[in-house]
Order: sequence, then C-alpha cells, then structure tokens
Amino acid sequence: MNPTHWSVRDASDSDALFPVTEAEMAKLHDRLAESAVEQALVDVAYRTVDSPIGPMLLAVTEKGLVRVAFENEGFDAVLEQLSARISPRVLEVPRRLDRVAQELDEYFAGSRRSFDIPLDYRLSGGFRQLVQRHLPQIEYGQTLTYKQVAELVGRPTAVRAVGTACATNPLPVVVPCHRVLRTDGGLGGYLGGLEAKSALLLLEKAA
Amino acid sequence: MKEPFEQVVRRHGASVFRVCRALLGAGADAEDAWSEVFLAALRSWPELPEGMNVEAWLVTVAKRKAIDIIRARDRRAVPAAELREGHSPHGNPGGEHLGLWQAVAALPERQRLALAYHYLGGLRHTETAQLIGSTPDAVRRAAADGLKTLRRSYHDRESPAEALRADDMPAGRFDAGERPEGAQI
Repeated sequence: MNPTHWSVRDASDSDALFPVTEAEMAKLHDRLAESAVEQALVDVAYRTVDSPIGPMLLAVTEKGLVRVAFENEGFDAVLEQLSARISPRVLEVPRRLDRVAQELDEYFAGSRRSFDIPLDYRLSGGFRQLVQRHLPQIEYGQTLTYKQVAELVGRPTAVRAVGTACATNPLPVVVPCHRVLRTDGGLGGYLGGLEAKSALLLLEKAA
Repeated sequence: MKEPFEQVVRRHGASVFRVCRALLGAGADAEDAWSEVFLAALRSWPELPEGMNVEAWLVTVAKRKAIDIIRARDRRAVPAAELREGHSPHGNPGGEHLGLWQAVAALPERQRLALAYHYLGGLRHTETAQLIGSTPDAVRRAAADGLKTLRRSYHDRESPAEALRADDMPAGRFDAGERPEGAQI
C-alpha cells in the first residue's frame, strides 16, 4: 500500500458529485491516530522515512522497535506480516516513531554510532533471536565473520544458522547484521540487498 | 488473515466520510461521527469475522454514531440562531464543495437517506430499505430522484467548477452542517 494514497475516487461518479479531498482525509486520519493512541488501541504503529539507502518502513509495539523494512521487501507485504504475526491493529502513527526516525537520521549523517531505543525482538525465535541480540556488540565500523559470530554466541559449528539469523534480521541497520561478513571477505546476504549492505559498511568506514 | 487496519481506513475512509456528511452535513459533526466509527472499528477489528462486508458494517456503525450525535445535539438544545453563528472549530469544513453538501442536506429525507446508504455507502437496495424502513423499489427511486435533483441544481447550472464553489452559494440560505429540522437518519 502506498502510505499516502487514499481511495477518494469511486468507481461510480460519486467522486465527481461528492468530492472528498486528500487533505480532508489526512486531517481525519491524524485525529484518528491521536485518539487511538490515547485509548491504547494501536498495537503496531508505523511510518515510512527516506534514507540514503532508499525509503524505509519503521514499526513499533508498546515494547519497542519491532521492524525495520526496506522498500524491496514490499511495504504492503511487511504490514500484512505484522498484522498476522502481532496484531491487525496496525495504524500509521508517525509521531510514535519520531525518536527512531531522528536516531536513524543521525546515523546516516555519520553523527551516531549506536542506537539508544528499546527493541522488540518478538518476530524472531530461538537461535535466530539469540544471534540477533548479540549483534549490537559488534562495534560501529567493525566487522566479524559468520564464523566469529557463531563462536561469540557459544555455538562455533552453527555458522550456517548464524547466516540465516543475519539474513532474516527484522531490525536491519539498528541491529547491525550488515557488520557480519563471510570468512572469505564476501558480503553474504542482506534483506535490503547487497548494495544497501555495502553502502552501510562504506558509511561507517568514512565516519 | 485479518488485513492491517490502516488498509481499512485507506480503502473505506472516504466513502464513510461521504455517508457521515450526507447524514450530518459538512460540518464538525460529520468529522466527529467519522472518528467515532473508525475508533469503534479499530477496537473491534481483531474479533470481527473474516470475510464480512466491512464497508456495510462501517456504514451501519456510522448510522448509530450519527444518531448519538444528533441526540446529544438536540439535548444541548442550542437555540437555532446561535447554532447558525457557530463555526466549525476546524475552519472552513466543506472546502470548495461546501455548497454541494448543503444541497444534500436540503433534499427530501427519503432521498437523502437513500443516497447516503445506497449510493455513497454502497449498501444494496434491500439493506438500505431495512435500515430506513422502506422497500427496495422505493429506495431505488429515491436515490435516483435525489441524484437527479443534485445534478439539476449543481452540475447543469453554469460550469461544474463554478457550480461547486461555496462562494457562489446564496448567502444565508444554508449553513455549514445544517440538518433539516427534525430529520431522521
């Protein structure tokens, strides 16, 4: 779903006869979002932001940031996944993500080296979550191999499973799976595409 | 799987807003009703049955919320003169097409309701008839007559753009959000 699109046009001629503007709908949506947050009716709040590696979708629960998505994943599909996995009470509430958006801006500007926001790891289970919880220990500008991460989490033979955990990280950029490379120096996989992964590594090297 | 609620708002928001305006006029009351409808829908969304007709459900909730708002308004019993001077806290509520919604408010009640529920809300003739205590045939006729009246008074008069401009409306004839005295919804 294009987040800014409203179905204000009807198949019939009711649009021509009974116009409703995008501005009117946007105002109503703002008011709905505000009341819904006040009444604790929003289980997943999201917004989209622009970044040097393309548009991103950010989603939070009451526990913290739960999803960071790239455009190539398809924002519609991501919202449907959140609806199915967490709750269908999904609403666009940009205000709830102001802080996350600001920290991301600072990160992309090179002035922030770690994120200071609560994280909700619920979209990953078991070993994957264990790996993802360890990733923030890799410092800004540093990289480890999948093998080294396997050793870090105490499962030195689980190199392939570490690769899967990194490739399915629901919180890319903030949980720095981009700092994990193949033993031969190859990039490995990345949810946002290899171009995004190398752009992040380059950014951290330059800063 | 239940779709994300945001998609419900995007898909049905505008048509439910049209229904609210046809029921309550183009003022703050219609905005209040719309908010109440979608808050109630968000509250119930996880429990609503899969595969239901969401728009029809939203329209019937809109009817209930509009009734609540009209009752509260009548209870406040604000003298008509004061009501007319009142302005929407949201500024020019109907925008450029305010005049059109005033013309909707001026339609005979049967036509206005048939338009609201069937034409704008997408309910079937039979569903609309049930909601307003009429027959499917009468609903069909009333909706067609209502549309004809609106087209005559707005779209065939001068150019459509001119006709839709609120500024061109005869001053004082209707007020924003005016509802015919004693009208039902």
